[in-house]
Amino acid sequence: MSHLFEAFSIALRMIVSGDPGVFSIALRTLLIASVSTLLATLLFVPLGCLINFSSFKGKRLAVGFVQTMYSVPTVFVGMLVFLMISRSGPLGGLELLFSPWAIILGEVVLIAPIITGLTISALQSTGKGLEDTAVALGGGRRTVILKVLSEAKYTMLTSVLMGFGRAVSEVGVAIMVGGNIAGYTRTLTTAIALGVGKGETAPSIALGLILLSLALIVSIIVNLLQHGGRK
Amino acid sequence: MMKSLALSLFLLVFVLAGCSEESQPIETAEVDTAVEEVTESGAVVPMARVERLRVATTTSLYDTGLWGYLEPMFEEQYDVELDVLYAGTGKAIDWGKRGDVDVITVHSRSREEAFVTEGYGVERVPFAFNYFLIVGPEEDPAGIAGMSPEDALTALMNNGEAVFVSRGDDSGTHGKEKSIWTAAGFDYDEDVRTAGAWYVEGGSGMGPTLVMANEMQGYTLSDIGTYLAYQGDLDLVPVVDQGDALLNVYSVLQVETSKNPELAFALVDFLTSAEVQQLIGDYGVDAYGMQLFTPCAGEAL
Repeated sequence: MSHLFEAFSIALRMIVSGDPGVFSIALRTLLIASVSTLLATLLFVPLGCLINFSSFKGKRLAVGFVQTMYSVPTVFVGMLVFLMISRSGPLGGLELLFSPWAIILGEVVLIAPIITGLTISALQSTGKGLEDTAVALGGGRRTVILKVLSEAKYTMLTSVLMGFGRAVSEVGVAIMVGGNIAGYTRTLTTAIALGVGKGETAPSIALGLILLSLALIVSIIVNLLQHGGRK
Repeated sequence: MMKSLALSLFLLVFVLAGCSEESQPIETAEVDTAVEEVTESGAVVPMARVERLRVATTTSLYDTGLWGYLEPMFEEQYDVELDVLYAGTGKAIDWGKRGDVDVITVHSRSREEAFVTEGYGVERVPFAFNYFLIVGPEEDPAGIAGMSPEDALTALMNNGEAVFVSRGDDSGTHGKEKSIWTAAGFDYDEDVRTAGAWYVEGGSGMGPTLVMANEMQGYTLSDIGTYLAYQGDLDLVPVVDQGDALLNVYSVLQVETSKNPELAFALVDFLTSAEVQQLIGDYGVDAYGMQLFTPCAGEAL
């Protein structure tokens, strides 16, 4: 017990004093997760919109599939991406493996279903009723879509933040395709995994607390947005 | 709105990353830690195209901190970023076969020789050795202290209660354990893996396996380097430390498909140079009071 307490106090001191080792890992993690989320947003928010506003055969099945993939295991994505970008894999020529870009690629794949699916959900729940009203008021298809998009924007932003939350806290992809290289591909989660394995409790707790505060910040923003969106 | 927020977040992070470049990090001389960051530039993600060389190393050379100690020297001497990836010997060799790393440092003679014969590696170059130990609880519940490794494992099998934690990860240490079982007259898959709940396949690196054995108060086979590096946190003591089977030789192999053969060879050369051999022999003596590795470049082991 005293050991745990001591580790916590060292961890807090590391955070307060701005331990450069701890902070460069935290910044790298934030950078990698942000780039992943940005790319996934640019690709998959439009896809979600497209799926929601178009009608095609098997749409429900497609949406169901996307939702199932919310909980795709990170190590499975890590393994698939590894096999793709390994030098003997189909994308080996890009030389992405064991670089931050490999982690970014994996995280984009990992959070694509969340961002696509939650965008669809956001548009669906906003669209109900609103579409009828807009049509009754004489709006065309285009006006209806714009209206739904503008009403749903905060809920859609929530889906992006959920994606960020999953990207920043995952470990399977980062360790398998990033390789946990010190100073290059080491992230908060992989550093914790290594630190715990080595019995280095204090730095791992410091990293864990930073990760937790990142999650807290995201959660606060999500709450504020949902609150603001309801007004 | 959404895009602009994501974009501003992205920019913010970039600015933050830029700031950290000025605050110069990290002078570390002691044993490698998980949060130690070995970048000269101090950049969070180096964006400039720098030359990188990849070495895959067995976990024991990583967990003892030896690579963390040698890495900055090599980087300075050859002006290159050395990426050190840690994995069991099986995985390190697989990375080498796929062409994902330039050099491997591993410890399984038969697999290294196969790696070279099959055309994946240039040459097997031994550079250091030490010994394996069977460590366990001080009370020694199975009564194997002082036995030969083969007799000790036979006694554990007959005991059937005292826990033995195996690496179970296809690593060099795991390979060594299997070969001792075979030498003791057991079929590893048929007899050992099915022997009962006392035989635990941990499936992780040497350090985590020692921690697991400690938690379960069981025995495990460990290289002496990792055991000494972890000893402070463990209640386990060396139980079996005599026997020819316990020799543990580390070799460095340049991968045939490396895109940077000059630098890859330079790393082999570096590890076997007189100066670095001396550093390897002295490594950890201050911290642990004894030698972790015996340098052996040029010897046939």
